[in-house]
Amino acid sequence: MSIAINKQKCVGCGRCRNVCPGSLIKIDESGKAYIKYPKDCWGCTSCIKECPVHAINFYLGADIGGMGSMVHTEKNGDILSWIIEKPQGDTIKIDINQRESNKY
Amino acid sequence: MKTEKLTTDILIIGGGTAGCYAALTISENSDKKVIICEKAHIKRSGCLAAGVNALNAYITEGRTPQDYVDYAKHDADGIVREDLLLTMSERLNSVTHRLEQLGLVILKDENGKYVTRGNRNLKINGENIKPILAKAVEALPNTTILNRVNVIDFAVKDNRIQGAFGIGIDDDTFYTIEAKAVIIATGGAAGLYKPNNPGFSRHKMWYPPFNTGAGYAMGIKAGAEMTTFEMRFIALRCKDTIAPTGTLAQGVGAKQVNSLGEVYETKYGLTTSERVYGTVNENQEGRGPCYLRTEGITPEQDESLLKAYLNMAPSQTIKWIESGKNPSQQNVEIEGTEPYIVGGHTASGYWVDTKRATTINGLFAGGDVAGGAPQKYVTGALAEGEIAALSAVEYVSENDISPIESSNIDSHISEVENFLTKKDSHFTTEQLEEAMQSVMDSYAGGIKTNYRFNEKQLDIADYKIKQLTELSNSLYAEDFQELMYIYELRERLTVCRSVIAHLKARKETRWHSFAENLDYPNKDDKNFNKYVNSRFENGEIKIILRDLVPGGKSYEHSN
Repeated sequence: MSIAINKQKCVGCGRCRNVCPGSLIKIDESGKAYIKYPKDCWGCTSCIKECPVHAINFYLGADIGGMGSMVHTEKNGDILSWIIEKPQGDTIKIDINQRESNKY
Repeated sequence: MKTEKLTTDILIIGGGTAGCYAALTISENSDKKVIICEKAHIKRSGCLAAGVNALNAYITEGRTPQDYVDYAKHDADGIVREDLLLTMSERLNSVTHRLEQLGLVILKDENGKYVTRGNRNLKINGENIKPILAKAVEALPNTTILNRVNVIDFAVKDNRIQGAFGIGIDDDTFYTIEAKAVIIATGGAAGLYKPNNPGFSRHKMWYPPFNTGAGYAMGIKAGAEMTTFEMRFIALRCKDTIAPTGTLAQGVGAKQVNSLGEVYETKYGLTTSERVYGTVNENQEGRGPCYLRTEGITPEQDESLLKAYLNMAPSQTIKWIESGKNPSQQNVEIEGTEPYIVGGHTASGYWVDTKRATTINGLFAGGDVAGGAPQKYVTGALAEGEIAALSAVEYVSENDISPIESSNIDSHISEVENFLTKKDSHFTTEQLEEAMQSVMDSYAGGIKTNYRFNEKQLDIADYKIKQLTELSNSLYAEDFQELMYIYELRERLTVCRSVIAHLKARKETRWHSFAENLDYPNKDDKNFNKYVNSRFENGEIKIILRDLVPGGKSYEHSN
């Protein structure tokens, strides 16, 4: 599993770098974030939830059946939205109210 | 290289579930100074990074802590410490209430009572469980958090803890930290064995690949008594994503079925190891692949599952969405993971007393590093963090600092500098890590051999792991992060040696898959209804067989 960081969108705030539980994200010479050790990413999505400009996406590797969808989150109050953009162009959005529990 | 020396009352190594709760407990019960060393950043580090959607260890109405002890004892076929399980179970509910006070959302009915899942589980929204815990710790007075300081060794003299040594991977600094007491809470050991899908997706969102067995390895090297490393944990997981299956099995009642559609779980038994073993066997006998039968669940359940997995293991939801089929339309394929050493699931770890004191004076253990008490899950780790913290507070009121000798500091600095000096080695840390995982996979009961092994194979594994340990002496690190990778590899190699020795010492098969010794395929209660413990002495692992601590009795360290 791994992430892709969009350098055009990245504002270089360093929040993804700080939170990564594997210390895998670094800041390059131009002040932008990049993932230095992509094979060590375990897909926890911590960095994605930190990013203020939605510059980071998560995807499944082809070796575990990934089809190329790119995933990021957006937070509005208690609502955490998961946005899954499929390679064919359609987008699926799943809203989770963080005040509501899992039911199962 | 910069060096820094710090002094504190209590040093907590590892800012995960148990470590954070230990810090909260110390602050609520004393004015002792605390340093937390965390190899990453406490906001999302450890097992709770992506979240969790149930609390699996809770004493529900009408049940008692002893019921939980009995459940864990049955699941491990008797090889548990009932005294540890009971002292943990007695605190499961109070730590749950504390988490709720801190902001965790727990499902309640119209009367305000928790809604339970089965006999032991609560349903929660735990996506933010770690940030909640971390925020509370960050607000504590007298607590200093050293993020990105990776502890590499204890300082111990005459079996008394003096502190620890660490490397700051952001500030390129060598840390010496003196403490009156130390709480070790570094988690278990992942990455010992070759994983499913060892290529690009070698790491998956379940057990943190950054939990490298540091606490076990430091304890082993310091001569602490350790227990039950042979009870490896192999998780039954959603294929490829390695996402947890409990939400499917317990949440929507999905049964394990083979490719013929037959429910096979009842044939093999329902303990954790039997569920894995049954799946391995069905595959071997030509009835694979195996699935959790989710076909036919309701659309409402579908929607809830998609959300539940986003709150815990997002890749599984992505997988459902990418396939164009919800769980109601396709069963979920399952497989076993590679073996892990995780004292929160099985009984591997430090040999502790009910105060969570290890056999090293002043060193306390909680969470996945502490042995004897399986099925801890989140709340059990919190409970053990609490017990270890209270014991450490008591200890530091009676014991002062034992200063670390400068010769000990110098020798650790010189070891670090040696790794930072370019040598003529052909090997990289990653190459040796892959070699280690291949050895364990082939000769110590990995996925390749369906988790089975014999003594001859274990001897080969031991020989090769020792060779790799030798080779690791000549590794080179370009920077402090690579330096951490060298130490992580060496920790894993140390743990591997102990695992191999323990697997060899239990000359029976009590748990299929977890420790399946083909030379001794049957259970031997006469000789092995005992704990297999070990202590590292003069470069060798000395095995100690100990009688079970009977129910109702508490074990105390005698030295």
